[in-house]
Amino acid sequence: MAGGAATGGSVQSETYREARTWLLLPAWVTLGILTLAPLTIMLVYSFLTKEFRGGVIWEFSLAAYDQFFFDRGLFGDEPPRIEWTYIGIFWRSIWQAGAATVLSLLIGFPTAYFIAMRPQKERALWVFLVTIPYWVNLLIRTVSMKFLLRDEGPLNEGLMAIGLISEPLGIVNTNLAVQLGLFYSYLPFMVLPIYAAVERYNLALSEAAADLYAPRWTILRRIVLPSVRPGIVAGCILVFVPSLGSFLAPDLLGGAKTFMIGSLIEEQFKGNAGNWPFGAAASMILLTMVLILLILSARPSRKGVR
Amino acid sequence: MAKPYDLRHYPGFLGVTLLCLLILYAPLGVVAVYSFNGSQSITIWEGFSLRWYVDVFTGPESAKFKQAAWNSFIIAIAAATIATSIATLAATAVLRAGKFRMRTLSIGLISLPLMVPEIVTAVATLIFFNAIAFERGLMTILLAHIAFCIPFAYMPISARMQGIEASYEQAAMDLYATRRQAFTRILLPLMMPGIVSGFILAFIISLDDFIITNFVKGAGVETLPTAIFGAVKQGIKPNIMAISTMLLAVSIVMVTLSWLIGRKDQKNLIQQRKKK
Repeated sequence: MAGGAATGGSVQSETYREARTWLLLPAWVTLGILTLAPLTIMLVYSFLTKEFRGGVIWEFSLAAYDQFFFDRGLFGDEPPRIEWTYIGIFWRSIWQAGAATVLSLLIGFPTAYFIAMRPQKERALWVFLVTIPYWVNLLIRTVSMKFLLRDEGPLNEGLMAIGLISEPLGIVNTNLAVQLGLFYSYLPFMVLPIYAAVERYNLALSEAAADLYAPRWTILRRIVLPSVRPGIVAGCILVFVPSLGSFLAPDLLGGAKTFMIGSLIEEQFKGNAGNWPFGAAASMILLTMVLILLILSARPSRKGVR
Repeated sequence: MAKPYDLRHYPGFLGVTLLCLLILYAPLGVVAVYSFNGSQSITIWEGFSLRWYVDVFTGPESAKFKQAAWNSFIIAIAAATIATSIATLAATAVLRAGKFRMRTLSIGLISLPLMVPEIVTAVATLIFFNAIAFERGLMTILLAHIAFCIPFAYMPISARMQGIEASYEQAAMDLYATRRQAFTRILLPLMMPGIVSGFILAFIISLDDFIITNFVKGAGVETLPTAIFGAVKQGIKPNIMAISTMLLAVSIVMVTLSWLIGRKDQKNLIQQRKKK
């Protein structure tokens, strides 16, 4: 989510130096018990043996990871082959999240640029308008999207009424529906960091290029885009990461063919058919992917404006 | 020299911006409009009616939704209050207690819930409560909510604290206020706009959460989002659209409130600087 926002800021005084342990203790205790400890225990669970009615048996086992990557036949006695089912689900999730990210960038960048170039007084209002939908319940937004896109929904009815299409587009239950749902869910996350970067951008750079007869779209591509790259990277991360593990969009807008990581994980903890160690292992793999992505994106870029 | 074109404007960018806003608001608007539909069907428009709003409060499912709404409200109030208090203390330590070794680590820990995918947090929290044999119910939902509300409360509080100069509390202490008095009588009142914003954001985030709640709630315990999800699984019904529209209105009113507080506060700060 809004990762960069909680960077903390710089130290301003030493007034409460002696009290700092006590001031930080509640945060450490709460987050230590409710965030750090659960993640650690999840790691442990991913190496345990599954109990058939949900839960675990406290016995070390690599079965969960083995099941994720290898197929040993029905009775587990055949030579291992690569198991493509789960890798396929992860791959589809990456693809869906990637498509949603590209779509948000195409809409989000021009929007961010437009807002950042508005007079100072107006900007806050534009930004606010883009932010409001984020604070509306994600579940309600996803349901709204389904309501709009479904075959008898206003979108299809409207398009048919004006004669653009003769039968419903049949978007719901396809990959496209999930992509649109993800795009819609996280679009504000794309606009905000790019807006922040463009607002800091020194327009004199563009003007200098224009004085040297650079066409305006060349200026945008060669001068503006590289300068605001950190904002674009942040926006892409903020859309891609939550999309990757999302559960609601594929569950409500997609069908059996659009199964994503979130649904795979959720299934392992529902009812008695689940496999807790496997669900924990899949979560660990997802978490590792996300952390690698965050670390890569946090590295300062060495490329300047060229 | 006059430029052949204005670099602030690119053709089509205004169009895309308007399209962006249309995309963001159209689905919500459509659901809000259809929640006032008099028809039993969600497809055919039969004229304006409040029947589904009446149905939410008096219909056959009203008891279930009232209980769910009450649970959501109690949890959101409690989680936001606790998370805001924790975040206020933590922000004071991070911004006003000098440099120390645990400082960066603490900032990292506070933003951790933002970096971990929600489904992973959900799984980890469920497994944790299971491992310590903590029975699932309202309490587990509350505890989980406190954790992920902390970063959301922390952001506006820390932003606000960075805008307050250290000279205020130093002046207070020069006049023999104790450190505790400087905190409660000077810093805290100055922080209030940030604390209120933080509380509101945490409240909305808690009210809206579905994924984590769905994992850690006990059997039979529902919050508004989990109740809506359960109902939607059997098809979108008009009464669900009425509930959604009400929840939508609550979120929009609260965010607008938080925004207005922030804006007024910023104007005050700018005026104060001008006076100097």
